[in-house]
Amino acid sequence: MGLIEAIILAVLAASTPLLLAATGELVTERAGVLNLGVEGMMIVGAACGFGGAWLSGSIIIGALCGIVAGVLMSLIFALMALGLAVNQVATGLALTILGVGLSGLIGARFVGEKISPAPHLYIPGLTDIPLVGRILFGEDAFVYLSLALVAGVWFFLYRTRAGLILRAAGDNHASAHALGYPVLRIRMFAVMFGGACAGLAGAYLPLAYTPFFIPGMTAGRGWIALALVVFASWLPGRLVIGAYLFGAVTILQLHAQGWGVGVPSQLMSALPYLATVIVLVLISRARTGGSTAPAALGTVFVPDR
Amino acid sequence: MQLVLEKRAERSNTIALVSPLIAIGLTLVTMSILFAILGKNPITALGVYFIDPLVDSYSLQEIAVKATPLVMIAIGLSLCYLANAWNIGAEGQFLIGAVAGSWLAVKTQGTDAGPWVLPAMMLLAAIGGALYALIPAICKVRFGASEILTSLMLVYVADLLLDYLVRGPWRDPKGFNFPTTAEFDPVATVPVLIEGGRLHLGGVIALVVVAAGAVLLGKTIKGFEIRVVGAAPRAARFGGFNSNQLILLTFAISGALAGLAGIIEVAGPVGHLQPGISPGYGFTAIIVAFLGRLNPVGILIAGLFLALTFIGGEQAQIAMKIPLDVTKVFQGILLFYVLACDSLILYRFKLIFASPKVSSGAH
Repeated sequence: MGLIEAIILAVLAASTPLLLAATGELVTERAGVLNLGVEGMMIVGAACGFGGAWLSGSIIIGALCGIVAGVLMSLIFALMALGLAVNQVATGLALTILGVGLSGLIGARFVGEKISPAPHLYIPGLTDIPLVGRILFGEDAFVYLSLALVAGVWFFLYRTRAGLILRAAGDNHASAHALGYPVLRIRMFAVMFGGACAGLAGAYLPLAYTPFFIPGMTAGRGWIALALVVFASWLPGRLVIGAYLFGAVTILQLHAQGWGVGVPSQLMSALPYLATVIVLVLISRARTGGSTAPAALGTVFVPDR
Repeated sequence: MQLVLEKRAERSNTIALVSPLIAIGLTLVTMSILFAILGKNPITALGVYFIDPLVDSYSLQEIAVKATPLVMIAIGLSLCYLANAWNIGAEGQFLIGAVAGSWLAVKTQGTDAGPWVLPAMMLLAAIGGALYALIPAICKVRFGASEILTSLMLVYVADLLLDYLVRGPWRDPKGFNFPTTAEFDPVATVPVLIEGGRLHLGGVIALVVVAAGAVLLGKTIKGFEIRVVGAAPRAARFGGFNSNQLILLTFAISGALAGLAGIIEVAGPVGHLQPGISPGYGFTAIIVAFLGRLNPVGILIAGLFLALTFIGGEQAQIAMKIPLDVTKVFQGILLFYVLACDSLILYRFKLIFASPKVSSGAH
């Protein structure tokens, strides 16, 4: 396997959790809800996903545990932000603080354990094609799933009536409510979808990326996913570009450290975070005069009767 | 039958007063359940957590020491949150303040520098923290970039910068390769208040910060502008208040306070610069700010309470083998309950008995 091939494979693997989490958050935000708790949902998903896989010996059960954990976390958020009309920024922060603690508590007994990571696809003939074979036909299932998910979300948002209603709830909740749509219920499902995706994204880390669990292993990926949604201007297609760009930055800095470039390793490790700041500035600057954010993003809605 | 939220005609002052207490009560109940799940006696565990630290003088001093950074950071954050500016990167500003102040301590080490060193370190730390906080604020004001995400990203960057410095240029040559600077000279150390005790000058500074915060918010035009911009942005625009300027101001103040807290922690209880100087003070301070209802005196009380959970958590780990993460879970749950109870100041629950389908049929 050539070096370039290895790097591309690593980039795809590093990008997948970002893409999964960002896709979920994109749907949540399109419904008008800003859930800043992605990091918290991811880290609990990672702990529960690894726990499930280690106890059952099945990657699929592990992934399901991650999804369920993410949904349960998101339901706490929904109860607070939708049911009790609490400020969404503060609730999201609380979710992340709680998630970091919970994952440490749940994951403590799994630290130091190992599982066999998610298998990679192998189609005789196709996967053996030089250069592109392994990249196109030799990934783990999550990589394909994440891309299918983006396509599915695009189709849902722009080609189905339900997607149109969801976007309406996110752009103008008062109008959507006046038309008789259950804004809060729509938003709750959107938040739960975001939780499922974040939980799965978190579970991907110990199930496929590194086959063990360490506390705090999400390392800010949930926050980067939030930034990716802004980068993508809330459009699913651009999310793929953004996620792979960030994956590339992550992997390249790792390789640069390995090549012994004359730069402190800490500076290289800081690159993904610095890149996020720079990208946010550039994107926000290019968008002066009319934001593409859902108009009702982050606002509280209490239906008046 | 359906339970719905309904806006109150006016905010309930009774609930505003008791809501933090209700929140703490609900948190204790939840924690008891969690302790029972972990197989510990809930009563004993709560005793170790919340009563034991209050009965010996060492722990009492330790609570004040831990509350010092929490209160100082939270006062700054409350200004931001009142102005509806979301600085969640106080942890990073705390670390940069520690780094900026430590620079002078490292440079003057072993020289016969006078007692001006410590005040100069504090000044540098405040400036460092303020400048670091101004990065997300300027990105927000000039380019419209979300200050939530940029300020949080800069926490990781600050963490890595500190790590680089203590492993590289500032490492103590006699430190057996441990990632730490040498112990600071006495002139670069925050003095303790009582000989042999843990309580240090930082506690007094924190009280001054609380008083200054109360004056700023209660007695000055700037404080009024901060509150109006957050609570009624339209009214603030009509009033000619410059919201961008207030974002810059509140970020700068909160960064300066976080930075000051950082150098006080390093030059005080820790005594040298090393990684892991903060057990998440910058994030816990967010909880302190909300539990204290964004009010300086409330923040002082909330800071002492959260400091108690840090000490109690350590004691529970030693005495009952309860994992330290329980403290984080506790803090997260507490913030949830605080926010939920605050919601009841503006809203109330109402039971609706008629089927909602009937009323919506009229549309």
